[in-house]
Amino acid sequence: MAAATAMRFGQLSSGSDMAPDWTTKEVSTGTTIMAVEYDGGVVIGADSRTTTGAYIANRVTDKLTPIHDRIFCCRSGSAADTQAIADVVTYQLGFHSIELDEAPLVQTAANLFKASCYRYREELMAGIIVAGWDKRRGGQVYTVPVGGMLVRQPVSVGGSGSTYIYGYMDSNYKPNMTKDQCLRLVSGALSLAMERDGSSGGVVRLAAISETGVDRQVILGNQLPKWSTTGYIPYCLSKGLEIYPTV
Amino acid sequence: MDISKRPQTFERQKGFSNTVRTEQVSTRPATYYLSGAKIKRFKMLEESSEPGWLSEEVKTGTTIIAIEFDGGVVLGSDSRVSAGETVVNRVMNKLSLLHDKIYCALSGSAADAQTIAEMVNYQLDVHSIEVGEDPQVRSAATLVKNISYKYKEELSAHLIVAGWDKRGGGQVYVTLNGLLSRQPFAVGGSGSAYVYGFVDAEYRKAMSKEDCQQFVVNTLSLAMSRDGSSGGVAYLVTIDEKGAEEKCILGNELPTFYDQ
Repeated sequence: MAAATAMRFGQLSSGSDMAPDWTTKEVSTGTTIMAVEYDGGVVIGADSRTTTGAYIANRVTDKLTPIHDRIFCCRSGSAADTQAIADVVTYQLGFHSIELDEAPLVQTAANLFKASCYRYREELMAGIIVAGWDKRRGGQVYTVPVGGMLVRQPVSVGGSGSTYIYGYMDSNYKPNMTKDQCLRLVSGALSLAMERDGSSGGVVRLAAISETGVDRQVILGNQLPKWSTTGYIPYCLSKGLEIYPTV
Repeated sequence: MDISKRPQTFERQKGFSNTVRTEQVSTRPATYYLSGAKIKRFKMLEESSEPGWLSEEVKTGTTIIAIEFDGGVVLGSDSRVSAGETVVNRVMNKLSLLHDKIYCALSGSAADAQTIAEMVNYQLDVHSIEVGEDPQVRSAATLVKNISYKYKEELSAHLIVAGWDKRGGGQVYVTLNGLLSRQPFAVGGSGSAYVYGFVDAEYRKAMSKEDCQQFVVNTLSLAMSRDGSSGGVAYLVTIDEKGAEEKCILGNELPTFYDQ
């Protein structure tokens, strides 16, 4: 989210410095979200931080919202806007599925998101990734960024933290990966983005959607993949500090 | 100091600097922010039909990277210089020589970055004659930092200084906004945002010279394919005890990824 103002080397402060900014800033899921398709389903992931300015309003947010039994959406942008749109689409899709008397297609859900995001594009600030499994086309990922475009991609990232992991995603994604490879790709990418983006953090929430069902996991901070440049241990090593054991 | 290896001055790039902007009547503010999005928004308000290169400031919206290995450093950059949406130079070498074994990588405003590099090149020449030996990389970085800090309100350029000296081996220094910090590796420019995740994941301590060169080429290729302000060819400079070796990798020889 906030792709247009992503290059902030030194934030210019607006307004009074006396009042803390969380009294005036909108609640946003400044975020990192990601979805990857594999043969037989999709893997989706998100961080868990919701901010109002510099205050973290919720550090254990669930940004992976079910829209139907096998269709999820990953939300980024304004928390209120995305929750409202997701509620509307859940209702519309549920109604459509009853009329059809079978499970809805992921493409249908994606088009419903696009319809709302495009019609109200001036008022909304929502970047959504729709992912799921259906009988006709298997695992699919559709991205509906700010503005209301719709495009299907094998792998997609979104949110303010996504800019930092484009390079990692481009170099590590290969077509025809297995479910475990996808899980490792998503958790690795999210942990890198959370390290670099101030608006992303907390825990990593993952979900794997396939014909058999939805398998959700949470990866806590101390269980995240470790890199030689990021995190607590490299910091201690670089300063010559003692490394306290984590649980 | 080899005269033929002096840093490129702006006049040598034919064509652009000779254009006299007499037709321009709009009054534009003197400073532009690094963010490309800010410039685009300004353009929308103006509703101007003239091409961007007549009035937009020339920027090296860029990807630059420097990494040290045991015995030297590798610097890399793309080659695109943009003025608004126009690419005014697609083959510019942004790795500028400060001394025989000290180079700097330019990003931000093209004019500001080149001027800083030329000033420091001169100051280093004087300094090295005074001390009677090759200057330290830290000295070069400090000179760049002093200019960047003193004129930080007027300038918008970020230089990464890297080189080899006999006291400290290969070293990389960042001088963003007037700070001075030594790092094992550094990325900069608008394209660097897209590869933070990649470099964090792929960097390992104690890489060999060839590994570092491959790392730099991969990083540049990824950034150039995602950032609209970076592109063209990739320039590489490897500096070690024996000297500096410059290399140019053409677009079609760069590594490609799954969707190319």
